[in-house]
Amino acid sequence: MQCETVSLQLAEFVDGDSNLSLETGRHVEACLRCQAELAQYRKLLRALTMLRDQYVTTDASILDELLDALRPVASVHRIHRLHHRNKKAAYVGGIAAAATATAAAGAFVIASRLAGRQRLAG
Amino acid sequence: MESEKFDQLIEEAREGDHRAFESLVRQTYADTYTLAFRLVGNEEDARDVVQETYLRAHKGIQKFRGDAQLSTWLHRITANCASTFLGRRGRDRHEQLQDETDVVDDHPQRDPAQRADLGDLRSHLVEALMHLPPKLRAVVVLRDIYDMSHQSIAEQLDITESAAKVRLHRARKRLRERLYPLNDEGDLEGGADEEDARAM
Ligand SMILES: [Zn+2]
Repeated sequence: MQCETVSLQLAEFVDGDSNLSLETGRHVEACLRCQAELAQYRKLLRALTMLRDQYVTTDASILDELLDALRPVASVHRIHRLHHRNKKAAYVGGIAAAATATAAAGAFVIASRLAGRQRLAG
Repeated sequence: MESEKFDQLIEEAREGDHRAFESLVRQTYADTYTLAFRLVGNEEDARDVVQETYLRAHKGIQKFRGDAQLSTWLHRITANCASTFLGRRGRDRHEQLQDETDVVDDHPQRDPAQRADLGDLRSHLVEALMHLPPKLRAVVVLRDIYDMSHQSIAEQLDITESAAKVRLHRARKRLRERLYPLNDEGDLEGGADEEDARAM
């Protein structure tokens, strides 16, 4: 058995997702190279797990940009809720208002992204 | 563990309170951005993915079930948005995003002396992740960093579970080869342990 064919099986075996075949197991028991590889896979997995608590840093503008983008969506939501409450409101008018607001919200989202990009570029 | 206050914010956001939703955004965006960045590989695209994620989350928060963690739910949406985004980016740029896409691997740490200067295992790992083709990277990030199930990964990336597993094992193999290019036990037991200790 070639070490190279064992390597992918070790990558699968390392987190307990699979068992090694009898033949592969015997090979690994006798092969220092494959044992070393398995140890490397275990270290790799531990290091990957540790990345979970490590945030990629970014500047604060991302939050402003995000909240800006969500604001018009929230106003669309409010329009829907108001129409829900006011049963006297004309059904068709409500849909039209919501549709207009949705279109405006979409345009605003795109505009705020573009503005963000321009700020970055400038 | 999500606190009672956090649960209350979720409940208020589900009832349509936008301020509550904004508070949730404030508390989760750094985590969401980090995942998005790890999936798409650059800041500009990650910002797009984060924005799309929260727009979808806002739309779907009423359907969010209280028994799941909000972070898990957001991770799924982020993965799905990033997958859509990478598919679109691939078509736009006519990029080859196949599993077998080869990335130039110049093994910058082949020389142990040089490697000693290159910081800890984690920074090597972050760099190695960024060298993976996006489709391989997505699976290993979601499974091995974010502990997402194979089933969930397959759903969000719109691939079969077996394809997700194959990509995961290839990704791990490539990462290992990049992190431990010398592949001899002496190097592993010495250098790697020191690196592990520094990474703690
Ligand atoms: Zn072997």
